[in-house]
Amino acid sequence: MVEIDNDRTPTVVADEAHIIYRVQQGGGTNSSPLASFKRMVTGSKGGNIREVHAVKGVSFVAYKGEAIGLIGTNGSGKSTLLRAVAGLLPVSKGAIYAAGQPSLLGVNAALMNELPGDRNVELGCLAMGMSPAEVAAKKQEIIDFSGINDKGDFSSLPMRTYSSGMGARLRFSIAAAKEHDVLLIDEALATGDAKFRKRSEQRVRELRGQAGTVFLVSHSEQSIRDTCDRCIWLEAGTIRADGPTADVMKEYEAYTRR
Amino acid sequence: MLNSVTSHQASDSAVPSGPTRSEHDPMPETAVAPADSGLSLKELARRNGLSASGRLPSLPEYTRQLLAYRHFIQAHASAKMSSALGNTKLGAVWQVLTPIFNAGVYYVIFGLVLQTHKSMDNFVAYLCIGVFVFQFTQSVVQSGTNAITSNLGMIRALHFPRASLPLSAALVEIRNFLVATVVLLGIVLLTGEPITVKWLLLLPLLLLHSFFNVGLGMFMARYGSKVRDVKQLIPFIMRFWLYGSAVLYPVTQFESLLSGWQLQIVEANPLLIFIELARSALLDNVVLANPPAVLWIQATVWSLVVGIGGFVYFWRGEKGYGRG
Repeated sequence: MVEIDNDRTPTVVADEAHIIYRVQQGGGTNSSPLASFKRMVTGSKGGNIREVHAVKGVSFVAYKGEAIGLIGTNGSGKSTLLRAVAGLLPVSKGAIYAAGQPSLLGVNAALMNELPGDRNVELGCLAMGMSPAEVAAKKQEIIDFSGINDKGDFSSLPMRTYSSGMGARLRFSIAAAKEHDVLLIDEALATGDAKFRKRSEQRVRELRGQAGTVFLVSHSEQSIRDTCDRCIWLEAGTIRADGPTADVMKEYEAYTRR
Repeated sequence: MLNSVTSHQASDSAVPSGPTRSEHDPMPETAVAPADSGLSLKELARRNGLSASGRLPSLPEYTRQLLAYRHFIQAHASAKMSSALGNTKLGAVWQVLTPIFNAGVYYVIFGLVLQTHKSMDNFVAYLCIGVFVFQFTQSVVQSGTNAITSNLGMIRALHFPRASLPLSAALVEIRNFLVATVVLLGIVLLTGEPITVKWLLLLPLLLLHSFFNVGLGMFMARYGSKVRDVKQLIPFIMRFWLYGSAVLYPVTQFESLLSGWQLQIVEANPLLIFIELARSALLDNVVLANPPAVLWIQATVWSLVVGIGGFVYFWRGEKGYGRG
């Protein structure tokens, strides 16, 4: 199914990958004690736990130096696939192989809302595996890059006082502070105001230069066209098309207009 | 993928295999079989030294990774501590006030109102030691159970050895227990016990108990992430454990009520052992269920079994925690 180019070095190989994750939901349709008890006795899954089969048998090979855009309508499994490539979500069937440790650069990395911004920067950097010395060296740079201190000393205020844009900017800045082999970017370019977007696109280009392979999930057609030479179109968990950005985008646009 | 294609073409009785099939393939331009190379994707990955995302590292490798993340574990523990108390006016003072109030409640009820066990000298100190030591394990179990489930956002976003989370949860409780121990020593002194060399025994005891608790916390973290319902049961399990650990009454009551294997089971209770050892270290003349030497051996065995067992159990599930 997948064309293998023997001349180039593969960095990410997805082989028939299926991803199923479980969702725990409170107050489902049938949450009465009697119904729950019935489920327990009969051993049926239903009720509170639902399984979402988000990615259904995806195969592709990504090579060194490529920038690949992942497109698809909402809920098509793009973010889930990225998380699996990063090893954050387990693959239920098949396998995903990657060079080194792929890093996911997302806007929704959870940080501690009660803590001030600068402590969150330290914590986030440590969680990415930096040493305390590196963290100390990079901390100011990250805060400056995020621009949260442009309007006063916000870095010493708890993150719950931040606007959603400021929070997203800080999270992006933390994640972008590290250099990566395989870089996975999840809609990160859409955060913040125009000024910050420009700065973050610049940073992504730099990271792309250092990284072997970049994956980008975005709903902004412009940023996909600008940054990616290859596109994978996911729809309902399966690959509908995989090829040069221009071709795939044309097909995708025709599909979404319908 | 190949299989799924063949199944779509089920009507095609003789499905051609290998290179020729790409011509029959109904899929778009991407659908080209691994023609001349004949290399499977798995083999391709292996040849280029790619490792499976979500591969489970070996136990020594995992331990090393965890060690490299010690700064994160510390920072996470401190962050959690300050964020938990960040909304209160007194802040870190609560770390000292909580154990004092805890002891105060028991002192008022059992020491002043009920005046139970008048026959025992220094029942208040006896009681407080039990309460504090038990509280240590209880809070580790509670925070360990939530260690994975309450940090799913972080787990799904960042890469780090997941054992950092139950470890940092246990570290918070170890720090709390250290403060509580200082309060406890004050209570013991106020109730008229002398300072002796035996107090030094608290250090190895703390080490063993912490090791035990870390293992237990890790076990609960994985178990709680798999079976969420367990969180609802924990208050009852812990209360049952509390009554079985001779915290609120003298340990000698078991001996007068139980015998044979029943007594042996009760006396093998690890928390009872830790509490007994703490009492024997701090109190002058105290009745123990077993001689201290036996208790120390039991405590060491429990710590090693639960500490290592809990860690191995948690490590086995390392790659599944993101699933939720």
